Amino acid sequence: MSQLPLAVKRLSVTVKRLPAALRRLPEAWRRPQAVAGAVVALAWLLVAAAAPLLAPYDPLAQELPRLAEPGPGHWFGTDQLGRDILSRVLYGARVSIPLTLLLVALSVLIGGFLGGVAGYFGRWADEVIMRFADLVFAFPTIILAMVVAAALGASLTNAVLAVLVVAWASYARVGRGLVLAVREREFVLSGRLLGFSVWRSLRVDVLPNVVGPVLVLATLDMGTALLLLSGLSFLGLGAKPPSAEWGAMVASGMEVFDSWWVATFPGLAILTVVLAFNFLGDTLRDALDPRTARAVKERAL
Amino acid sequence: MTLLSIADLVVEHRSPGQPPVRAVAGAGLTVAAGEVVGLVGESGCGKSTLARAVCGLHNVAGGSITFEGRPVTPLGLRRRALTGIQMVFQDPYSSLNPRRRAGDQIADGLRVSGDSVTPADLLERVGLPRSFTHRHPHELSGGQRQRVAIARALAARPRLLIGDEPISALDASAQSQVATLMRDLAVDSGAGLLFISHDLSVVRLIADRIAVMYLGKIVEIGDTASVWDAPQHPYTQALLRAIPHPDGLGTLPAELPGDVPDPADPPPGCRFHPRCPHAMDICRVQEPDFGPAACWLHAPSDLTEQSAKV
Ligand SMILES: Nc1ncnc2c1ncn2[C@@H]1O[C@H](COP(=O)(O)OP(=O)(O)OP(=O)(O)O)[C@@H](O)[C@H]1O
Ligand SMILES: [Mg+2]
Repeated sequence: MSQLPLAVKRLSVTVKRLPAALRRLPEAWRRPQAVAGAVVALAWLLVAAAAPLLAPYDPLAQELPRLAEPGPGHWFGTDQLGRDILSRVLYGARVSIPLTLLLVALSVLIGGFLGGVAGYFGRWADEVIMRFADLVFAFPTIILAMVVAAALGASLTNAVLAVLVVAWASYARVGRGLVLAVREREFVLSGRLLGFSVWRSLRVDVLPNVVGPVLVLATLDMGTALLLLSGLSFLGLGAKPPSAEWGAMVASGMEVFDSWWVATFPGLAILTVVLAFNFLGDTLRDALDPRTARAVKERAL
Repeated sequence: MTLLSIADLVVEHRSPGQPPVRAVAGAGLTVAAGEVVGLVGESGCGKSTLARAVCGLHNVAGGSITFEGRPVTPLGLRRRALTGIQMVFQDPYSSLNPRRRAGDQIADGLRVSGDSVTPADLLERVGLPRSFTHRHPHELSGGQRQRVAIARALAARPRLLIGDEPISALDASAQSQVATLMRDLAVDSGAGLLFISHDLSVVRLIADRIAVMYLGKIVEIGDTASVWDAPQHPYTQALLRAIPHPDGLGTLPAELPGDVPDPADPPPGCRFHPRCPHAMDICRVQEPDFGPAACWLHAPSDLTEQSAKV
């Protein structure tokens, strides 16, 4: 029992030692989860930007001993073609991360626009758009993406398109709900009475008031998008063999199961990116929405 | 000259799977330029619905709304050309866009009128510091927000200003200040003002005429002094008795017994008869559809003779 006050004191000392800059951040951003998410996500962005500087070898060169275990010289080992896995994982960040960002950005734009139009204009626009969204929701995501990717032909661009086909719908649904709630708010009506056109009203009064939650969803969705994208590559419907794409690398690692390192390191890369963005999304949600934040805090107590 | 005239207005709220709610059931009202009309009634009697219908925010199921000789069209997807009617809404927490600065929102109004005054001038006119142009709504109190909303509405130079309980969320001292401010600014600019409230004592301070609404109908309308001093309709009398009097005698305000009936299923005959202390036989069967006090106690003589024969 007597150790408890001591522990509390030690904890408060640690808190006081936190760098001043960190303490100035809002509370949601000071939790370990948030810091870890931000650090890992940032690290991956840096890796994607500086892969050629960081990678010890050419990711495509087949010049090393085949299936060498991790060790000095090649820390993540080599694959069955004698390529350095560390270099391939680092270069893989240049494929997966920008594509995931692009994918989510496009989903937000397309889904958000369609959902906003459905919610704001209602009537037949709402009916048509939301029935299409329902159609998308009626299929298991990965299967629909597989069907679309298979129909379009295996390539990374087509995989992005396929994921886009399944990903826009959730933004449309959320966007519509948010717009419906804001549309009837009195400042929107005031704007219309002052002669705002519907587009101006959407842009000035509606959009800024729904963008926050949509961005949270987008951050949370980044992990799902990456999983889907690498899932398609894993199934052979995305990136073509020589290119260093994480999903495809995991798939090729499955062929040489005894050499665990071939599949594990690209798998870990996917895992860390997904986790980092999920942490970031949670943090953003708590920072944005005080009601959720309070609920979380009450549960913690 | 009548600026706004409402005749036999019927507005229904329709929601799927439910009978339509007749929130306004044959109301008539006029507002002249430069005139202040107070509309009072209990919560749920259809005041907001009437005000929104005048702005074209509700579809009209019957009757007419005429503004400057032309019918008011419902607000659709097209840009509103009719900016002569502006409204200040009830809830100070949603009457301003939380993401935009007060000055920008007032500038929207100025763009309509093309006036050369600045948002800061308007803020000054509604009694706020000029520096508030840079504030976001969350940096303002409820009363300050309502003042900004008033400034924005007035910036458009409306010929008719509607205040839908713009003061009900404010504390007592702010209430009369904001109400008086609205009256002064509207009258100075020559606009008509339709001021909605459930508080007769505030309306009395600013209105030229008072209209009393009950369950979707205007039950009494008249000059402020006569309605206040000699109310005719039993409902108006009850509303007046419900106002606390600071006379030092400790007289408690008399609560009006009973609740407002459901507008989806109004009582037959006079809508007020189940709560009326003077209810007569005729009140239960025939609706009193005459003015200025829609009550069988004050029926024009020719009508009483007629109904006696029935
Ligand atoms: N969207 C709606 N759908 C269905 N019924 C509605 C809707 N809006 C209002 N009503 C009903 O219409 C009636 C009149 O509502 P209204 O908002 O006009 O009252 P009010 O006089 O403004 O009340 P308050 O003083 O509380 O603002 C109420 O019985 C209400 O339940
Ligand atoms: Mg109301």
